[in-house]
Amino acid sequence: MSAQPPRRRRLEVEDIGDVTVVNFTDKKILDEQNIQVIGEQLFSLVDELGRRKLLLNFGNVEYLSSAALGKFITLNKKLQAVGGRLILCNIDPQIYEVFEITKLNKLFNIQKEEQAALQAF
Amino acid sequence: MRDTTPVKMLDVAIASDPDEARRVQDAIEQLLKHFDYGEHDVFGVRLALEEALVNAIKHGNQMDRAKKVRISCRVSAERCDVVVVDEGPGFNPADVPDPIAVENLERPCGRGLLLMRHYMTAVEFHPPGNKVTMSKLRQAPHRNGHT
Repeated sequence: MSAQPPRRRRLEVEDIGDVTVVNFTDKKILDEQNIQVIGEQLFSLVDELGRRKLLLNFGNVEYLSSAALGKFITLNKKLQAVGGRLILCNIDPQIYEVFEITKLNKLFNIQKEEQAALQAF
Repeated sequence: MRDTTPVKMLDVAIASDPDEARRVQDAIEQLLKHFDYGEHDVFGVRLALEEALVNAIKHGNQMDRAKKVRISCRVSAERCDVVVVDEGPGFNPADVPDPIAVENLERPCGRGLLLMRHYMTAVEFHPPGNKVTMSKLRQAPHRNGHT
């Protein structure tokens, strides 16, 4: 049986007005176990803490895989189901290419800078 | 003194463990950097490898650590060739729904093959589908390039 994933915090969460801004502590959002933890921590913001406006800031992220994309899609669905909104910002051009290849740039609201993203809610 | 070996090889069999897969990715990234591959090439090969290894470990070997994933890699100044083989039953890539079709856009999975095919020059699955070969031809410029 595999070991339990480490429970260290993988997100830095800050409230700016009624928007919850999330920064990722990992530069590489790749590992399956880490992605699972990131997903749980993101979902709990909506399901347990009742946050409705989430801004994911990718400023620190250098790599992400398709498994991570899946978590953001599920998060987006959760927010839509409760009348909330998800916006992504500060995405490195190489990471943005991944969103373009997968056409997820059409699914997500993606803003260049955090300030513009905050105003887009 | 600079190592001028024209080809670097790596051939390993790892347990079905994401941490071991990470170490292989790191090693292959170092081989690419040894030949001064550009940032975009390194990013693409690393991402394609991640997707191939996740497929092998999670879907092929069902996270069973007793089952091995074999990775063979050959890197030169011109190209990078990788073979990943798992011990699973294989799959038919044609059965994977098109992830960019409008009706599939919100599916949380199924994008790995798309990313592998985008970032590598060639990707081929060999029946029964538990072996994938991927090749990346280096993008110009050759040296010190941010391609």
